[in-house]
Amino acid sequence: MTDQPFSIDRGTLLDAYRTMKTIREFEERLHVDVARGDIPGFVHLYAGEEAAATAIMLHLGDNDRIASTHRGHGHCIAKGVDVKEMMGEIRGKASGACKGKGGSMHIADLSKGMMGANGILGAGAPLACGAGLAAKRRGDGGVAISFVGDGASNQGMFLESLNLAAVWNLPVVFVVENNGYAESTSVEWAVACDSYVDRASGFGMPGVTVDGTDFFAVHEAAGEVIARAREGGGPSLLECKMYRFYGHFEGDAQTYRAQGEVENLRENHDCIKIFRAAVTGAGVISAAELDTIDAQALALVNEAVEHATAAPMPGPEDLETDVYISYA
Amino acid sequence: MPGTITPIVMPKWGLSMKEGTVTRWLVHEGDEIAAGNEIMEIETEKIASALEATDSGRLRRLVAEEGDLLPVKALLGVLVEGEVSDEEVDAFVEGFVAPADEDEDEEEEEGIAYRYAETAAGRIRYAVRGEGAETVLLIHGFGGDLDNWLFNLDALAAESTVVALDLPGHGPAPTPIPDPSVPGLATAVFDFMDAAEVETAHLVGHSLGGAVALAIAAAAAPERVRSVTLVCPAGLGPDVNRGYIDGFVSSASRRQLKPVLENLFADPGLVNRSLVDGVLRYKRLDGVTESLEALADGVFPGGAQRWVEPGAVAGLGVPVLVVWGAEDRIVPAAHAEAAAGAGAAVEIVAGAGHMVQMEAAPRVNSLITAHVARAAA
Amino acid sequence: MARNLSMNEAVNEALDQEMARDPTVICMGEDISGGTGSPGEDDAWGGPLGVTKGLSVKHGDRIMDTPLSESAFIGAAIGAACSGLRPVAELMFVDFMGVCFDEIFNQAAKFRYMFGGKAETPVVIRCMAGAGFRAAAQHSQMLTPIFTHIPGLKVVFPSNAYDAKGLLIQSIRDNDPVIFFEHKNLYDTKADVPEGLYTIPFAEANVVREGDDATIVTYGQTVQRSLDAAGALAKEGIECEVIDLRTLSPIDMDTVLESVENTGRLVCVDEANPRCSIAADVSATVTQEIFGALKAGVRMVTAPHTPVPFSPALEDLYIPGADRIAAAVRQTVAN
Repeated sequence: MTDQPFSIDRGTLLDAYRTMKTIREFEERLHVDVARGDIPGFVHLYAGEEAAATAIMLHLGDNDRIASTHRGHGHCIAKGVDVKEMMGEIRGKASGACKGKGGSMHIADLSKGMMGANGILGAGAPLACGAGLAAKRRGDGGVAISFVGDGASNQGMFLESLNLAAVWNLPVVFVVENNGYAESTSVEWAVACDSYVDRASGFGMPGVTVDGTDFFAVHEAAGEVIARAREGGGPSLLECKMYRFYGHFEGDAQTYRAQGEVENLRENHDCIKIFRAAVTGAGVISAAELDTIDAQALALVNEAVEHATAAPMPGPEDLETDVYISYA
Repeated sequence: MPGTITPIVMPKWGLSMKEGTVTRWLVHEGDEIAAGNEIMEIETEKIASALEATDSGRLRRLVAEEGDLLPVKALLGVLVEGEVSDEEVDAFVEGFVAPADEDEDEEEEEGIAYRYAETAAGRIRYAVRGEGAETVLLIHGFGGDLDNWLFNLDALAAESTVVALDLPGHGPAPTPIPDPSVPGLATAVFDFMDAAEVETAHLVGHSLGGAVALAIAAAAAPERVRSVTLVCPAGLGPDVNRGYIDGFVSSASRRQLKPVLENLFADPGLVNRSLVDGVLRYKRLDGVTESLEALADGVFPGGAQRWVEPGAVAGLGVPVLVVWGAEDRIVPAAHAEAAAGAGAAVEIVAGAGHMVQMEAAPRVNSLITAHVARAAA
Repeated sequence: MARNLSMNEAVNEALDQEMARDPTVICMGEDISGGTGSPGEDDAWGGPLGVTKGLSVKHGDRIMDTPLSESAFIGAAIGAACSGLRPVAELMFVDFMGVCFDEIFNQAAKFRYMFGGKAETPVVIRCMAGAGFRAAAQHSQMLTPIFTHIPGLKVVFPSNAYDAKGLLIQSIRDNDPVIFFEHKNLYDTKADVPEGLYTIPFAEANVVREGDDATIVTYGQTVQRSLDAAGALAKEGIECEVIDLRTLSPIDMDTVLESVENTGRLVCVDEANPRCSIAADVSATVTQEIFGALKAGVRMVTAPHTPVPFSPALEDLYIPGADRIAAAVRQTVAN
């Protein structure tokens, strides 16, 4: 093994890059397909935020659970949900991860520990507490991660969950993905405290803030709080400061943004570019290797789209199934 | 000679009976009644049955009207033996006070109603009635419990000490069935007799309980068994309505169970809501379905009886009586022939089905009473 | 062995025995043990009415007191149910569902459908309901129709101690989310309850009295009131069939339809407010399915369209009583 400046081995770095790039291509393709009118409903894209989901999920196994958000595609891919099934789901196809019954905001795969994207902001936090409680009772060191945006960090159920997790000493990490906007409203205005570290301390738990565009920083910080949770040290709050490249939803005119804001983000704050520069600059991975992964990620997404396009819609017989396990 | 006035009162059939409805008078005012005559039909929550006169005399008053719902021990009519004036009868009716139900106190009822014996098979519930010198032991059948003898317990207790038990796997707190076979159940009942200190008994077995009684007698008569009465018994021939057995085990709702239970009676109208609910309550206890499945497979594998020993009747050295409902749809009454051939007295009761001891209770009670008396003499 | 138990004792016993049988069952709620972290006794309350008293002594940390955070702990129960446990969460008064309803109706109820049949959420949410406890407008509601309206939820409402134990054990073993109602006024009512565990299936109404002249359909506290009415009417020669629905979702309409086909007359009694109530639902279904069998218009006897009043004088008028039920039956029979 070659000497390198990172605490993460080369194979894992290649995997991480592949995950980030797959998320990016997935979201870029959706952006185009929505504009073409190929996607029913609305989608919330994770493009620009890939490093956080990818770095955090590297610490988790199928035994660990996450409760995601409305902006959940990145969490799904990083947690191992099948990309073809995701694309089918977003198009409402029978081949989808949820047979086309959930759509973009409700993709779940419990076998991978993915408890669902969630259309209700903040609703995942109590669920993660429950998953953490189950892990604690199993005693197998399992943890649960609750993702929320900066907007949902003001929801009562999120704040109640911080308290409950601390009172019950649950193995839960609350990740605030702070992309600066709750829909169109600035975090500077909508979150009253100066920092999430303060908010965490108000609930008796450690709080950490990291640059969410820095894969390595997120990986290190997440590693610490997740290890703490696994060892019975209780919950923590991890704020990842990050940027989304698209609007709240596809179709958002984003008039709340500053002039040139997105161009600046793509140029100077793209987590994938930053990662690429770091690993190539350190001589750990070559540009050619990353280019190959780029092509493979694009091919995977294209294949997923083809697969989803060809798949049938659910039939009338599917309308009333899957409501209950049994209903006399 | 001064006359005597005897009240006819609402009977208490079984421990849970609180009241009954007079559905029909079978006799008229002025009729001469002998003890044992059926005088009226009464319907309870559990079942309808005929009330037998316990005394003789002339029926001088019909106090209860058809359709009346009356508490236990309420006055239904007045029997008079000898010379009594109408005024005296009126005064008796006027002044009649139904005695308090001594079982009313809950605590006391628990104490009097049931006893428990600790046996190798677990805790067995049983009931004891009467104080006669001879003991009659009542053994119910597949899926039943001691309440199957609702209409027999008190009548038989007039002459004998009557003991009725729940077989392992049956009753409100079923114990596991250690060995789901006729000999296995016989061992369990034998253990029970030891635990409950029943030294000798006249065995009365219904259905599968009949086979159990016969197996016990084959092993322990005449030392511990004084006589045997087999009521629609298993054990005398190969046939059994396995469709009924499977339906009984698998029915999960009142709607499924009711038509199954109707097979038990010549008159399916006797299967009322309360009877079905009672069976459902038992079947819904954890483990009962599995336990009954194992028992059904143990005693009726492949739809035929495994333990068939009509020849056992011959060598017992104690009298054997076989009573069968002519319209039994569970175990055919034709099986009685094998017992008759082996020396048993056989009584086929017309108009009754498998639950003949309920459907024709007075007749069955008098047959058993006479049989026990003869055997004890 | 059957003992005469109160509904309070029957619920306690069901939880106790099912926890002993299945190590994945846990209970959580505010003060269900009571005294946690306080200087005095543990198991100080056992719930506000003592229903869970003693369970924490037997089952230790599987009886979990919670902070006053319905949203968090109801959601946690649901999350734990998706993660291998069988939680029984106590919402205390159903009136409190307002602060945690998202977790119930948007999360638990929808997981299975949204996730294409892949989720199982075996959670039970116990809650006290009903008027007659002098507890006023925010602690006395039924709110049953709000839950039956939601696909994905099952709704159970026992009227007696025997049903309460069997239905609660069934609810815990059921793999779908169940809202289990306990009427405060029924906690002290007694019935014969077997010692052992047993279950009562859902969607099986109980015909608690048979009759040929009119059908009364109800659930909860008004079952006894309907029986009282039926008893009074029998003296006038009117024989009522009284049906206790026991579970409101799924609902046993077959038993109701069979009965109304025989009687031709239907009175729906519901302690909930009248609009979109269980009574309205049953009335509409019967009218749609067997209009031809009806000999008279369907009548509903419900609470008025008001909050639950505090004054005993008003609250007693609010709950449908035997007199109002009997009057409604007389009206249908007169037609």
